[in-house]
Amino acid sequence: MSGSPKISKTEAERASRDAAARFRDAAAADGLVDVAIATMPSPVGELLVAVTGRGLAAIAFDDDYRDELLERIAAELSPRIVATARQTDATRHELEEYFSGARERFDLRLDRRLMHPFAKQVLAATARVPFGQVSTYGKIATTIGHPTAARAVGAALGSNPIPIVVPCHRIIGAGGKLTGYAGGLQRKEYLLELEGSIAPRLDSGPWTSTS
Amino acid sequence: MEDLAGDRARAGVRAWLDATSEAAPRRGAAAALREALVERVRAALPPFEAFLEANRTTVFRYLVAAVGREHADDVFQETFLAALRAYPRCTEVARLDRWILRIASRKAIDHHRRTARGPIPVAEPPEVPAEPAGRDDGRAVAAVAELPPRQRDAVTYRHVLGLSVAEAAELMGCSPQTVRANAYQGLKSLKGRV
Repeated sequence: MSGSPKISKTEAERASRDAAARFRDAAAADGLVDVAIATMPSPVGELLVAVTGRGLAAIAFDDDYRDELLERIAAELSPRIVATARQTDATRHELEEYFSGARERFDLRLDRRLMHPFAKQVLAATARVPFGQVSTYGKIATTIGHPTAARAVGAALGSNPIPIVVPCHRIIGAGGKLTGYAGGLQRKEYLLELEGSIAPRLDSGPWTSTS
Repeated sequence: MEDLAGDRARAGVRAWLDATSEAAPRRGAAAALREALVERVRAALPPFEAFLEANRTTVFRYLVAAVGREHADDVFQETFLAALRAYPRCTEVARLDRWILRIASRKAIDHHRRTARGPIPVAEPPEVPAEPAGRDDGRAVAAVAELPPRQRDAVTYRHVLGLSVAEAAELMGCSPQTVRANAYQGLKSLKGRV
C-alpha cells in the first residue's frame, strides 16, 4: 500500500481527475447520463454540444452564455449532465464534416425541448432554407403565417439553442445586411462564407477568439 | 360572527404554523409548501458535471483516509454513481459538498463491511523505495481505515480534510461534543497502532 492518509492536494487533484474520467465512462455505460456534453474545436471557436436520449439539444459557442445554457438545461431537461464522448460522437463528426466542406446537410436527430413554442415554428421554417442560400426575417414571418412579425422572428432566431445545425445564420435583413447573430456577426459572416452565400472578405480567416 | 372570524384567524395561523414547522409537517398545506420548495430547489441544481469537478478532489482525499489509497478509486466510483442516481431528487443544493461526503462515508462503511478483516497487508516492511522523507507509510492509512466508523469519520473530517468541529458535527449528524470525543478516541488508538 502506498500513500498517506493526508494525500497532498496536488496528488488528490491528479488522482481524482483520473477517477472522475473512469466515473464518466461508468455512468454512460450504466445509462445514468441524461445529457451528454462535449467540447470540440472549430473554425468559429470551441463549441460545446449537448445531446440527450432524444437527440442534439444544444450547441454553444465559447462565450459567457455557455454556463447559463448548462444551468438552463439542468433546470429544464435534467441536471444529470456529464461530459462524456460516446453520446456526442455523431454530432461532433457531422460538425467536423460541415466545417471541412464535406457536408451540406445534417442527419442528426434533434431534441427541441429547449425551443419555446413560437421559436419552434420559426426554427422549423429556418431549417428548410438550404445550404448556400439565405432568406430574410420577413420571408420567414410570412412562411409561418405572421407576416408582420419580422421582429419577433429575429428574437426567436436569437434564442436558437442549436445554432449551425438549425441554420439561423442563413436569415438576414431584407437589404442584404447580416443584421445580427447570437454568436456575434463575425461568426455569422464566417458560416455564410463557408457556405458560399457571401463573397469572402480579404481579412477574414478562421475565427480567433481574441478577434 | 366575531367568533367565526376569530376561528378563521386561528385556523389560518394553525395552517401557517403547520406550513412553516420544519419539525412536523403534518397537513396538506405543509406538504404542498414542502413540495413547492423541493421543486424550487430542484430547479437550482447545478449541472452534475460542475458538481463533480467542484467536489472530486475533496471526496478523493476523504476516501484515501477512509478506505486507503488502493481502494479509494473504486469507492470513488461507487460514491459518484450513487450520487448521480439520486441527484435529481437531491434537496440539499445549498450544501452539496456535505451531501457528497455523507454518501462517501456510507460507501466507505459498505466497503469495510464487504472486506474481510484479514491481516493488515501493510504490516510488513515496505519493499518499494521509500517515499520522500516525512511521509507516512501505508500503516497510517490502514490504521485510519480500521478505526470504528464514527472515529474514522471524525478523524478524517477534522484532521485530514481540516473541517471545523461544527462542520464535522453536521456531516455526522451528531453533537460537537461527540465529534470531539470520537476524534480524540480515534487519534488515541492511532497513536497506539502506528
